[in-house]
Parts: sequence; C-alpha cells; structure tokens
Amino acid sequence: MKRFLSGNEALAEGVRLARPQVISAYPITPQTTVVERLAEMVEEGSLEAEYLHVESEHTALAAAIGAAATGARTFTATSSQGLLYMAECLTYASGGRFPIVMANANRALALPWNIYGDQRDSLSLLDHGWIQVYAQDNQEALDLALMAYAVAEDERVALPVMVCVDGFALTHTYESVDAPEQDAADAFLPPYRTDNRFNFEEPVSIGYSAGPEHNRFYAYHHHQDMRAAEAVVPEVEARFAACMGRRYPGMVEKYRTEDAEVVMVALGSAAGLVRTVVDALRERGVAAGMLRIRYLRPFPAARIASALAGARAVGVLEKDISFGATGTVYANVMQALASAGVAVPTLDFVGGLGGDDLSRAQVEGAFDDLLRLAEEPVAFAADPVVFLGISGAEGGAA
Amino acid sequence: MSVNARTMTDEEFFYGHKACPGCGGALAVRQALKVLGPYAVAALPAGCMSATGFNFPQMAFGVNAMITPFAATAAVLSGIEAGLRAQGGKPDGCTVVGFAGDGGTADIGLQALSGAIDRNDDILYVCYDNEAYMNTGIQKSGLTPFGAATTTTPAGAHEHGCLTQKKALFDIVCAHGIPYAATASIGHMPDFLRKMERARGIPGTRFIHVLAPCPVGWGFPAQDLVDVARKAVDTGLWYLAEYEGPAVSGVPGGAFKLNRAPKSFALVEPYLACQRRFAGLDAADVAAIEAARDERWELMRSRWIANGEGGA
Repeated sequence: MKRFLSGNEALAEGVRLARPQVISAYPITPQTTVVERLAEMVEEGSLEAEYLHVESEHTALAAAIGAAATGARTFTATSSQGLLYMAECLTYASGGRFPIVMANANRALALPWNIYGDQRDSLSLLDHGWIQVYAQDNQEALDLALMAYAVAEDERVALPVMVCVDGFALTHTYESVDAPEQDAADAFLPPYRTDNRFNFEEPVSIGYSAGPEHNRFYAYHHHQDMRAAEAVVPEVEARFAACMGRRYPGMVEKYRTEDAEVVMVALGSAAGLVRTVVDALRERGVAAGMLRIRYLRPFPAARIASALAGARAVGVLEKDISFGATGTVYANVMQALASAGVAVPTLDFVGGLGGDDLSRAQVEGAFDDLLRLAEEPVAFAADPVVFLGISGAEGGAA
Repeated sequence: MSVNARTMTDEEFFYGHKACPGCGGALAVRQALKVLGPYAVAALPAGCMSATGFNFPQMAFGVNAMITPFAATAAVLSGIEAGLRAQGGKPDGCTVVGFAGDGGTADIGLQALSGAIDRNDDILYVCYDNEAYMNTGIQKSGLTPFGAATTTTPAGAHEHGCLTQKKALFDIVCAHGIPYAATASIGHMPDFLRKMERARGIPGTRFIHVLAPCPVGWGFPAQDLVDVARKAVDTGLWYLAEYEGPAVSGVPGGAFKLNRAPKSFALVEPYLACQRRFAGLDAADVAAIEAARDERWELMRSRWIANGEGGA
C-alpha cells in the first residue's frame, strides 16, 4: 500500500512489520519520531511488543541485550551523542552475538552542539563489530528494517545490525513509500529462533570472560561471520524481492560506472543528489558514474575495487571527517583500492557537516575536480581532503 | 517453609569460582542463589563476582547467568525480564536477579537502577557491598565509609583515609517507593536469607543491600569474615532494616522497619582496630565516626518502626 511517510515513519513501519518482541526507547533528535510511532503502534495494538521506557541510551541497548539473551527479537533506535553514550554496549551486543536491530538517525557530534545531519556518529563506531548499512531513501529505510533482521538472525551471521538513516534529510522528509502487507512480511521474516539464549533445562552462562588463550577464537569467528554476511545479504535481498517485488543491489550499488572515467563514491541520502548530477553530466557527454556503498561493514572491498578499477579518477563524498586524517569512508575506499592493486588518483570531498546543505553546485564542482584530477593528478598531490564550502570556490580544491 | 540452615538446599549454584578466601561477596551470591533456586536468571556487571565466576571455560554459575556492561546491571535485568514476558512469561520459580558491587550500584549503576525501580520492573537487585572497588584493587567508591584507607584515599600525614561518608543508598532506593528493599549483612545470615525469601515473593522491583566484607581490601584475616560483618552491625556502623513501599505496606510513602535496634552499641574501636584500612585514624576521626553513627541512628529511631531488640 502506498503511503506518504517520513523516513522515521517508514522505518517504524518496517519495524512493526518485523514484529519485534521487545523495544527499548529513549528520545533523541532526530530519531525520536521512530519510537513515538512505535509507541502509538503498541498502544493501538497493531504491534505486540514489550515497550521499555528506559532512562538512557546506555540502558536502551543494555536492555535490548538482556532481552536478546532470552531469545527475543529486539529493537532500539538512537542518534549522535546517544549512540556514543551507548557505545560500550555496542561491543557487548556484537561480541555476545545478539542480532539486535538498531536504527541510527545520522547526526553531527558535539561540540559545537548540533542536532542536524552528518555521518560522524556511526562512522566513528565502525569498529564495534556491528553490521552497518546506510539507507538512500525512505523506501529503503522501511525495507532495511525488515531485511536487517533477516541478515542479523541468519545463523551464519548472528550479529547486530545498525540501520543508518540520514538525519532530517531522510528522517523528517516525506516521500511516497510502498508499505508491505503483514502477510508478505511474515512470509519473508519468520520468528527468531536461536540457541544463543538462556535455557531453563540446562542453564548457561551467556557473555563471559575469555582470557588470552581463548580470546582470539572469539575475535576470529566474529570476523569470519561478519564476512559471511556479504554472502547472506544478496540471499536475503533475493527472498525479499520474491516476497515484495522490490530488488536491492547488494553490498554496493553501481550507477553508470561500467564505462565511467570519473566515479563518485557516496553513502546514504547524498547518493540521490550525486545520481542526478551523474545523469546531467552524461547528457553533456561526460562519462561520470556513482558507486553507492550500502554496507560499510562488512566492508565489500573487492566489489568496491572492481567497480572503481576502470576509472581515471575517483572521489569520495562523505559527511564525515576523521580529524587529522581523512574521511573514514575515504580511508576505507583507499584500503580497498590498495588491496586490489588499483592505482587511480583520488579525492575526498567532505561536506554536509552539521546539516550543511550539500548543494548541486558542490557536487558538480567535485566532479569538475575529478575531471581535472584525471588529467593532472599532481595538481592535487598535497592533500586529498577537500572541505566543501571552504576550499575556495564551491567544490574546488584550489 | 522458610529457608534456614536446616532446610536450605545442598545444591550449589555458585561454585568453582576463583574468589579470594573469606570473600563476603561470594558468600552472599552463593547463599542468595540457594534461596532463589535453579530457575533464577542472574546478571552481573564488571566486578569481583563476574571476574571470578565467568572465566571461560570454567563457568561458576549453576543457573542461567550473564555479564553486563558495568553501568547496566539493572538495565540488563529489565531486558531479561521483558524478553521472558514477551515470550509468554517467566517459568514458575524464576527470579531475574542481579548481583552488583557497591561501585557498580551506588556509583556507575545508580542511573540504571533508578530507571528500573521507576518502571517497577519485576526484578531483584542485590548489592553486595564491600565498601570499595575491590576488583580493580581497592579504590574508593560512593559506599566507602569515612576514614577507610583505599588505594585512592591513602592514609598519610595529611589525610587519614576516605574523607566522605558512605552514600545513603538504601534511602535513595526507598525514596523511589520501591515495593521492597532491605539492608542485610552476611554476618547475620538468617536475616539475609529471610529477606531474600521475602523479596523473592514480592512482584515488582526489589532491592537488597548486603554488607559483604572483603578480607583483602579491609585488611583482616579471612577466617574473621563473619565476625567482622557481625561487628559492623553490633557497633551500629551498619544496620539491618526493611522498607515496604506503599503498594506492599499500604502506608503512604511506605514503611521502614529496623530489624535490630539495640539500646547500646558495641565499642567502635575494636571494630576499627581489627581492620588495616582504619590504621591511620586518630581519636578525632573515631569520634567523628561515632558522631555520624549516632546522627544516623537518631534519624532511624525517630522515623522508622523498631522491630524489637535484637530482632535479627
């Protein structure tokens, strides 16, 4: 059924369809309307779940961990400082192999205090053992809420999934969204079954200490099972397509990259703008393309490298900066290229910070830079990071 | 039938752990789980009992159990309880119980505990109080008493140990109107077991604050554990009390009860002298400890119902 929903409302609808049994909720802008909608669904009876009004994000995730240890399907949502406040619980959730699904409304980090969108929050926590996936639009936000459970609960994976949705750009922006019927959702996502839970016939300890002689085995299997998700995601998306009729492109989405000379890598909602600019450039005869990374963990390095291998210049557009280094997406992409032996000049376009508008002019300027980079790489040798809106002309590196 | 030394089960639910000899915390957890039985689900944050009980592959818990983030004992308990409820409820005889130390409760875990009480989640929270961060090597917590030397409140020429009073944790918990709360001491085991049993049977959030001396951190021989715990009560430096919230007692604001209200206290000096942590105290410090004790007891005697001399 077509509905006109904000990103948060769409995501909440996806969560409802997934039938979580325990929801722990704490407000933070711009996530809040997710838990508000879920509270309404529980109140009206369209969602049967234990709804915990917790007193902090730390407890929101810790309670989800406790519930998951009983074998319950769980959901929570957060953003920005809230995500950082619960950060230590992220490793308990992933190390405990609890398939919690959590929405993160991507938002800037203080100071300066700022409630608007960028992606520094989730990107700063890439190493906490969670699968991270980024929605491009509200339809994908809804669908990812459902698919995230299927990936997380797959016994080959058994890891939590963070569904990242750009603050305000998606969370508070309305779009027409196709909301699946409950029957179709149930056919796609069966109830959660696991052995990683308390057992009253044979009591177990869940979550414990493992010393130096054992620790590496836990880390190794965590790593291997995270890697396994790269194979599980396409399977889940194929089943989703069979149930819902909507196809998703897997770990990354390649848009007109086959013959592209300049390719922009994008994450989240910015991909919509980049796609428009690519189309305009193509009409002018410029061989531009876009690579949208959907899953940043597990990191699809080989897919990224092969998609970029034919380009003469590659840019990364990201709402993030690791101070004193580069953007985190850029660092990851560079690692993918280096591992595959792909030598291509690159630039890192950092923009949209703290809700700053990522303008069409900026993206066009960034593509201009890439075209220049393809011709004379040496002109950009000093620093790959281009702060949009600061470095001279719009999008210019000069 | 009430649980006592005769009726208590021989089954062990916390054994094979690597706690120090004479550990008050390990005794509290062991005895508490005997009251709760095999269907208890236990959650423990970072602290002595998780450090000594959860070492793969040597698991010490005979009941379902898990480690929680340090600040999150009550949070994880709430989640466990909600998870079981969402799947059709707890099995008969199942108590969702937390065991956290003084730092894990009165300091870093206080927010989560407050939230759980506020929601009145159906959980039992046991704080085993050894009066410092013992697992990390005896650092001051909010429940370290005045005058106790710890590694972060060293006794020297300028300061004689901890400069602050023990936080009034029991009062803080009761101010929430929690259905049931109690203080206890592992030196008064029948009283502790009775309170565990009472707590087991009350729905909603329950809290027991049990004094659990630490031979290593306090500086006394391990075999003196129970004596030291008893002396803490005999001197009036610790007290045995219960609180029933409005829903249980029918009293607006709830009802406090002193289980033991002696007319006079045992001398403080011998209690302090038998512990290395108080070695730096002078006469003025001892007088200050007695004065704080007397002030506390004046408050309790005037506002709480005394349940007879030596009720425990």
